[in-house]
Formats: sequence, structure tokens, C-alpha cells
Amino acid sequence: MKIADKKALKRESIIQTALQLFSTNGFHRTTIPDIAKALKMSVGNLYNYFSSKDMLAKEIIKYTSEVLGNEIREVNGLEVSTEEKVKKIVTLYFRMAKEKPEMIEYFLRVYLSNREVFNDGCEGMICVSGFITEIMIFFDDGVESGALRNQDFFSAFGLFMGYLGGMVFLKGEEVLPNDIEFYVEDISRNIYNALKV
Amino acid sequence: MKKPKLLWLQSITCNGNAHSFFNHPELFSILSHFELLYHPLLDTEYILEEVIKTQLACDVLILEGSFREKGMLKGGVELSTVVEVYAQKAKHIITAGTCATFGGVFKEADPKNITGFAFDIKEKTKRHELYFSKLISLPGCPIHPKWLSFVLLMLAKEKDIVLDDMFRPQELYGITVHTGCSRNEYFEWKVDTKGFGLKEGCLFYEQGCQGPHTRGSCNKILWNDASSKTIVGTPCFGCTEPDFPKTALYMTQTNMGIPTTMPLGVPKRAYLTATGIAKSFKIKRFEERIIKYDG
Repeated sequence: MKIADKKALKRESIIQTALQLFSTNGFHRTTIPDIAKALKMSVGNLYNYFSSKDMLAKEIIKYTSEVLGNEIREVNGLEVSTEEKVKKIVTLYFRMAKEKPEMIEYFLRVYLSNREVFNDGCEGMICVSGFITEIMIFFDDGVESGALRNQDFFSAFGLFMGYLGGMVFLKGEEVLPNDIEFYVEDISRNIYNALKV
Repeated sequence: MKKPKLLWLQSITCNGNAHSFFNHPELFSILSHFELLYHPLLDTEYILEEVIKTQLACDVLILEGSFREKGMLKGGVELSTVVEVYAQKAKHIITAGTCATFGGVFKEADPKNITGFAFDIKEKTKRHELYFSKLISLPGCPIHPKWLSFVLLMLAKEKDIVLDDMFRPQELYGITVHTGCSRNEYFEWKVDTKGFGLKEGCLFYEQGCQGPHTRGSCNKILWNDASSKTIVGTPCFGCTEPDFPKTALYMTQTNMGIPTTMPLGVPKRAYLTATGIAKSFKIKRFEERIIKYDG
């Protein structure tokens, strides 16, 4: 394996470990030595990859946004109805919340809750554009096909992602009486009914 | 050297391209390179009655206006038959304006029967096959006088004009109207104008500007040597495009806030990514008036 490939792998493992720790223990309570320890690497070496904890935090939000964006991109490329696409997006979002809860938790509990960390370098949509772009494509295709009502982007976006984020937040608080996947069917229908023509 | 013989024929037209050309500051100098046989609005060597006898020689044929096969008479003669004869004789056929090129505004009156000379919007007409080797398309509503003078002087000097697949000179139509617009900084940072006629802001996001996806050099070769629509603060209507005229011209068509037509050749994903990032910044200079008047 080339050195560059090895470094890329190491970088990703740092992101994944830090993502886990930030999501579980909170951004402020997690230190660079904690992350280095979990990875069995020296603090000095970790700084070779990321110059600060804030920098690492920003890279993580870009990483999670790309992962989620790539999944939605696959849905966007499918030859299925908009209604079906809504269900697929809800399904993948909830599946991710279940199988990789740290991905969604990071967005809700680190990115949205520590704005001061992200203000410089992650303003507005910069670090989440991988995900936002795919949601925009989904909406655009939906209107173009005649399935969705044409409206302001944010009124539709808030309804869709606010709803999903809220459910995952409730899951994180352990107040949902059922497994989150139990809600896929109803929530998909609710979202589609709210957005359709 | 013998001057090429120039014949200007009009079909269904408002005279807009002729009048636009008359505004060329060097009009008579340009025409002096040709033997002007006939122009419907100028005092020329021959009159219509002589032209429709189809006996004249012709090197450069300029056509203005939309076409219909039947029912467009000039001096009692079906115009399409007159045009056919001179088109065969000519070495070059210039369709001046969007009507002559694609059908344009007058096509709206009878969309089934009225077309451009070699194109019906984007579809090729039967004349496309007959004359493709001599066609030069100059769409525009109207054309800029210097677009026509560029072509005429190139022909007079026997220079090759590089054309695209719709016979438009690439020198004039290889760029978009957006190129050279004084509002480009606002486009880059996605700052929309607050109203028509203001110096500040881009017209693409809300005001219906079609400059980024319209081929033309309106902001490179300025109108009246001074300005353009987008510079003064009114949107480009896309008048050089095959599907002109369009409707709801002062409003950008959007799907959930996303423009339905992307800048020419830009994939939607690339556009949305770049837009999302640019919009995330507030640049103070672009939020302010350029000239701060007292009071």
C-alpha cells in the first residue's frame, strides 16, 4: 500500500473514532488525547493529521454530509416515483440512525449545538453541501416530474429534514416506544402527503 | 475585384433587423463593399417588381422575417418561390434575426405553418438539406448591427467564418450573454438585485435573466456602443435562442427555489454545490449601494 493511501486510511479512522467520541461524550468533554488514546496513537502524530480539535470537528461534518449525500444521490438516480424516493430517503436516514447513530447524532448534538466551533470555515451550507445539494436535486426532480408542489425550498426542506431529525432526536432521548424503523411507513406517507401537488 | 451582389429579402417581419442595421455608425462604408441590388427600405439599384422576376444574379442573400410556404405574397407572387430561386443562386445565405433563423415571434401567429428558413425552432426544415453549405444564422430580436457587419465584412474579404452546428458564427455566439455582464460579481456571490434598473445585484435568481444560458455577445459588443439590457438592469430575454419568444419574462422559473434552466453546460449538481457555498457568505460590499448619494 502506498504511503498516501495509508495516510488516507488513517485519516478516515481518526474521523470515525472522533465522530464516535464527540457524539457519545459531547464535543467539549472530548479531548485530543482521548481521541489519540482510543486510536492507540500519539497526540503529536494525531496533530499531523488535524491541526486542532475544531478543524477535526469541521472535517467530520463534511465527512458525514458526504456519506449521507452519497446515499441520497443513489436514490436520486433511481427510476422510481417521487413517493417511492421519499420512502427510500426516510428508510436510509432511519437505518443510518440505527446502525451508525453517531453520524446523525453528530449533526444534531455537535454541529447544531456548538455553532461557535463551526462559524469560521463552516458558515451556512459550506460543510453540509454534499447533503444539501442532493436534497435540492430530489426536490427539483420531484417538482419537474409533477409530483411535488412548487414552493420555497426551505419550507419543504424544514418539513422533510426537521421531521426526520426530530424523530432521531427522540430516539436518542430513548422516548420512542418503538424501534425507529417502525415509523418509516407512516412518516414517509406524511411527508409525501404534505409535499405533493 | 468585383463587388459581391447583395440582395436583402423580407418575409413576415417587423423590419427590426433592418432598422437595427441602419444604426450601424459605418453603415454605408460596409455596404460599399457590395453591389446592393435590393433592400426593401433603401433606395437600391432594382425595385421589387424586378426582383420577383428572379432574373438577377445574387452572391449574398440576406433573409429577414419568418417563412410560410403559401400565402405570403410580394407583388402578387408567392415569396417562397422567389426566395428559392435566389437561395440557389447565392453563395451565402444569411438569416438575419430569430424569425428568419428559427421562426421567432411571428411563428406564434400560426405555429404549424410559420417557421424559420432552415429551422423550425430546433428542427431542420427541408431547406436545411438544400442549403446547409451556404447558411449563416444570425439569430437575435433584433440582431446587433455589428453582428451583421462582422459577417458581411468577413464575406467581402473572403475570410472563413467558423460556424456552430446551427450555422451561428462562433465569434458571436460561442459565448453567452452573461459573458462580460457588469453584474458578474453579484452572480458569483449569488446576490440578487433588489429591483429593475438598479446598478447592484444579479438578475438571474429572481428577475428572469436568461443571460447565463443564452448564446450571444450582447455584453461583449455593446448596444449603441454603450450598454446592454443586463447592464442597465433589465433581464436578458433569450432572444437569440431557438425557443424565443418565451413567457413570464420578468420572473425566474424555479422548482422549490432552484432555477429550472442552468447556466449553459453547467450540471445541476455542480451549480447547486457552488451556489450553496457562495450563498453561505455575506460580502458587505455586495450588500451596499455602489454610489452612495447624499440624503
